[in-house]
Amino acid sequence: MPKFKKNSNTSEDIPTAALPDIIFMLLFFFMVTTVMRETDIMVKQKIPRATQLTKIERKSLVSYIYVGEPKNVSLYGSEPKIQINDVFITEEDIIGFVNTEKDKLDEVERDQITMSMKVDVDVKMGIISDVQQELRKANALKILYSTIKRVTEK
Amino acid sequence: MPRGKKKLPEVSSGSMADIAFLLLIFFLVTTTIANDKGILLRLPPPPDPLQEQLDIKIPDRNIFTILANSKDQLLVEGEPFEGSMDDLKNDVKKFILNFGKPTPDGIEIYNSLPPQMKAFVNANGRNPESSDDPTSLKSIVSFKSARGTSYDLYVGILDAMNAAYNEVYASRVGITAEEWLSLDRSNSMQKEMYSRGRSGIPRAISIAEPD
Repeated sequence: MPKFKKNSNTSEDIPTAALPDIIFMLLFFFMVTTVMRETDIMVKQKIPRATQLTKIERKSLVSYIYVGEPKNVSLYGSEPKIQINDVFITEEDIIGFVNTEKDKLDEVERDQITMSMKVDVDVKMGIISDVQQELRKANALKILYSTIKRVTEK
Repeated sequence: MPRGKKKLPEVSSGSMADIAFLLLIFFLVTTTIANDKGILLRLPPPPDPLQEQLDIKIPDRNIFTILANSKDQLLVEGEPFEGSMDDLKNDVKKFILNFGKPTPDGIEIYNSLPPQMKAFVNANGRNPESSDDPTSLKSIVSFKSARGTSYDLYVGILDAMNAAYNEVYASRVGITAEEWLSLDRSNSMQKEMYSRGRSGIPRAISIAEPD
């Protein structure tokens, strides 16, 4: 039986000189796409799924309202709460919040303000409709119910 | 003072990859891909106390009512509804494209429809008990939830109603509903397609306040 001669002339190590470049490329990608989260969300956020999604065209016009059961139940109770920026608010404070958000925008764009509602799936409609009534009073009429794309199985 | 041949000092770059890795992992962990997508809804303006409320009578046949109670049970057009959201979407679509008693504007819209939609209307629609035509105030999809209805169901129904309209719009311009949703309105050709699909058929979705 012939023995296979091991060819030991070729070098076996993979050149790793380009490794830092590859890693840097990935690094830059993530650095560019990263958005640092400004607010610490204190409510549960299991976003519902839907199929008919619209994308927001102008991000500067969007303000966020978070609704859900507080994560820290022992401190805030288990009833759903409304959170904006970093604090819990009640329904009455929404008009004030909308007005401060509108003040940040140009005068011509104020009617275009979009309120993005990030609501947990376990919330009941009562609190949502209260929020909506306040938004109507505050004249912020564009609402976006934040949802995730549902993948339809067929 | 020129010196003789001297070896250039070299910074070892062996750990460069490790440093980059460290940074990479940091950004990987902190990244949240922002999802700014959702279902858009326009609320009606607040009631004006100075203005007298106009009472417009809309016949029942022109309103498609969906009611949801606190137990997440549905009542669609007066009858309990057990089907899926897909069935609901098809019902809404049939309602919009009923053309029971079209006005001159409605007839114009009907004539502008592509042949397969005309066939759809003639097969499923033409019911005198359902909407007159898809023009303004002649077909309204109304949804009323209770305070105890779950948000999940609310979004689901909103989604089904929007899906019905989007499918109508999309098939008017001969594309699929998915292509319709991804139309880019900053592109003039796609914008033209968008306004062509929507012209004459307003998205008449009415969300009633829960009691």
